[in-house]
Amino acid sequence: MSDQKPTSRWTLWLPLALFLGFVALVLFGLYRPADREVASTMIGKPLPEFTLRAAAPDRPGLTRADLADGQPRLLNIFASWCVPCAVEAPQLAALKAEGIDIAGVAIRDRPEDVAAFLARHGNPFSRIGADDRSIVQLGIGSSGVPETFVIDGKGTIRYQHIGEIRPEHIALLREKLKEATQ
Amino acid sequence: MIAEFGLAALWLAAALAALQLIAGALALTPRGGTLGGIVRPVAMVQGVLVALSFAALVVLFAQTDLSVELVAKNSHSMKPLIYKISGTWGNHEGSMLLWVMIMGLSGCFVAAVERRLPELTMLATLAGQAFVSLGFYAFLLLSSNPFTRLPSPAIEGAGLNPLLQDPGLAFHPPPLYIGYVGLSVAFSFAIGALVTREVGPAFARAMRPWVLGAWIFLTLGITAGSYWAYYELGWGGWWFWDPVENASLMPWLAATALLHSVSVLAARNALRAWTVMLGVVAFSMSMVGTFLVRSGILTSVHAFAVDPERGSFILGLLALNIGGALVLFGLRAASVTEGERFSAASREGALVFNNVMLSAILGIVLVGTLYPLLAEALGAKVSVGPPYFNPVSAIFAVPMLMVLAVGPLLRWRRDSLARIRPLIAIPAVLLLGVLIWAGSQAVGLLPALGLALSAALGVASLLPLKGRKLRQVKLPVWGMVTAHFGIAVALLGMASDAAFTTERLVAVQPGDTVEVGPWQVQLQRIEPVAGPNWTALRGDLAVSYKGGAVAELHPAARTFWAPPNETNEAALKTRWNGQLYAVLGQETSGGRWQLRLWWKPFVPMIWYGGILIALGGLLALLGRLASDLKRLVARDKIAYRRSRQGR
Amino acid sequence: MIRLLLTILALVLALPGAAQDGVPPAPYANVQLADPAQEAQAHALMLTLRCLKCQSQSIADSDAPMAGDMRSLVRERIAAGEDPEAIRAWLVERYGDYVSYQPRVTSLTWPLYAIPLLLLLGVAVVLRRRLRRGGDA
Repeated sequence: MSDQKPTSRWTLWLPLALFLGFVALVLFGLYRPADREVASTMIGKPLPEFTLRAAAPDRPGLTRADLADGQPRLLNIFASWCVPCAVEAPQLAALKAEGIDIAGVAIRDRPEDVAAFLARHGNPFSRIGADDRSIVQLGIGSSGVPETFVIDGKGTIRYQHIGEIRPEHIALLREKLKEATQ
Repeated sequence: MIAEFGLAALWLAAALAALQLIAGALALTPRGGTLGGIVRPVAMVQGVLVALSFAALVVLFAQTDLSVELVAKNSHSMKPLIYKISGTWGNHEGSMLLWVMIMGLSGCFVAAVERRLPELTMLATLAGQAFVSLGFYAFLLLSSNPFTRLPSPAIEGAGLNPLLQDPGLAFHPPPLYIGYVGLSVAFSFAIGALVTREVGPAFARAMRPWVLGAWIFLTLGITAGSYWAYYELGWGGWWFWDPVENASLMPWLAATALLHSVSVLAARNALRAWTVMLGVVAFSMSMVGTFLVRSGILTSVHAFAVDPERGSFILGLLALNIGGALVLFGLRAASVTEGERFSAASREGALVFNNVMLSAILGIVLVGTLYPLLAEALGAKVSVGPPYFNPVSAIFAVPMLMVLAVGPLLRWRRDSLARIRPLIAIPAVLLLGVLIWAGSQAVGLLPALGLALSAALGVASLLPLKGRKLRQVKLPVWGMVTAHFGIAVALLGMASDAAFTTERLVAVQPGDTVEVGPWQVQLQRIEPVAGPNWTALRGDLAVSYKGGAVAELHPAARTFWAPPNETNEAALKTRWNGQLYAVLGQETSGGRWQLRLWWKPFVPMIWYGGILIALGGLLALLGRLASDLKRLVARDKIAYRRSRQGR
Repeated sequence: MIRLLLTILALVLALPGAAQDGVPPAPYANVQLADPAQEAQAHALMLTLRCLKCQSQSIADSDAPMAGDMRSLVRERIAAGEDPEAIRAWLVERYGDYVSYQPRVTSLTWPLYAIPLLLLLGVAVVLRRRLRRGGDA
């Protein structure tokens, strides 16, 4: 049998302290608000340079210069193959009816699909660029469709809305556009 | 009737668990009297009852009794019988019942067989086991009753997902739970020993078979899971440091450490408090892993919804069991002395090194897994992945593996490195030689270290057999040698895959030939095939190794229609020195097909190694059980003789 | 382990099957670079970038179309002679640290690297105490 004490007393309580820290951490994790989206870290930064061909026959394509013409607007990232994009169509139409300019970027989409989508769900866009390889999407830190960005007159990204726009989001977008005007 | 019977058996089992806890706890007090006498029988009956309850649920699933909510939600009358049965534990409630059943049966077994420990320690152990079980019973009966009837029977069950009907998927939970529950028994022994302060070799010997058994199952579980990910995901990777994988690795790391410290305690009566601590940690990690996976707390974007209620319940159990055990540890461990002394250059010294390093790796995996959650609490999102885990864990794994080569050659208590120097000269030279060679091949640092360590360890692990008559070598020694050799084998596979894999991504049309490593692969045709609930486009590949005999491979892209889904079925061609891995991708322009090909030298060694490690555990377990049995018989004989002499 | 499987299954189910978008993948999504050294560089980088549409997968291991676009972006930039770490930094600037599996040392992540060092220190102390003590006793 041995005589020495194994360790000082406080170290014996160390495991319990670590465990309590763990419990506190996961309790936070269990009850945190469900924030499962990847937000862009480009807010407040200028749009990158890009030139996209037209995605639909009756609207011009999109370049960075089109988005830095002094007028704030919405930049909507969508795709014809994306179901939530159809869901947000009435809200985009409502924003458009208020006189808000909306530019579109169609992700990995064929012209005929885009045309069919717009014919079916309405076309609130003044310009639509075709982003076949997610160049613009990756350039502005967007990670899915649909997403909607508020762009100010200088071409700076001011706000990102992730997921479809629901009726309750319209007021906030309007607000953000107003801020972008200043 | 069957559902009601199952529920009644479950309530009764829960009541007996409560009785087991109370009687066991009271028997430890001075006024306990004869109350202790009922604990063992109660534990046995409890085990039988919960097994009956589980059997009832299996019958309900086998019969597809759609008046039971759980069956209606998770089964379907058209499923093959085997998947109806596996559906019993393919859901939250059923898997909890499976867990508590395995636990009950283990308790039953311990109560019936274990006679080495002082009776009070046994009572405390069984009371501890009852305490842990009671939490699960409460969970089942109060919030996840598997036997709830529907107001009116469902017309048809909801679960007919063909993807869930995979033998690997259906039958992997039971072994995993056996692993977890084995650690819960070790945990209960640790609690029992802490309560009565009887931490010694007898305690270690009682605990060892449970730790070994659990460890074997955990090893097999991780090995199988890794292989499943490898062939099913279609990208040729076998370990991603995904939170869910880490959740399965952590109990294994703790169990591996525990396994070794238990050996020290059993053989030399040293490392007492440390072993008890590891007993608590190993089971904690099982519960932490279960919690992390079940609560969905760590899965990232676009994941399952977090279920706070269910998560909270498991967290509550976790806090109660582990928190309680750690309080007990804080109170009692100071009076548990560390035991016998030993010098640095000794078997114990090497095992302490192994333990400390394994614990450090465990710490790193835990921190890396939880860190994204911590970062989110501080308001940011980070990812922690292979570029972090690989090098950081290697800092501890590399020295550990080097000591592993030497440790088994050292004698207990006191030894000198000078004595074994001639023995370890060969592995040392191998280590350096391979390292220099790998350096000249421009493989990365970690793969080079892996290859060198694998070569050195492969030889060193066999050295304990040197100079012995192989027939007289005891089973546990065979077990140790096999498991350590298995580590060398697995390491070879891992390092070789990282260092030498060749990848080819090509778009080909029928008739084209592609070279990948030493292989020639020709796409002969693409043809449609129909399965029971899918159609597929199948590629017919003719493959030949270095111009040798031609073999056929059939990677396929399957389309399921209920629910609509597409999967890639990889095709593998295994040789002794590696695996050819082929995946058929999409059609590209001009009648060409995307083909992903990998030549992965020695990659199957990863899983052969895993199997060898588990086999080593099995040999050791058999050896221990055999000697336990012998001791038991001998003791009975003595007792018998004494009783005759006394007469 | 069951959850791993379910997770993976859900992931497979959640894949927006390539048939949904009619556009062929980006040029270098599934095509390797001609120069093996550059391809090796690109592949090593891709293994450490997170697929944003998936769960716990790198862009090297994912069938998601967006992962394909990211692979193409990586390969094209490597082919143009850009440094892999510059590409990582470019993506981190857009998506934050979440996109990289290799955590940077920042005010938020330093404990990730401090803890192993602390562990190392702790290991040294424990070993010294345990092994020294019995030494010549």
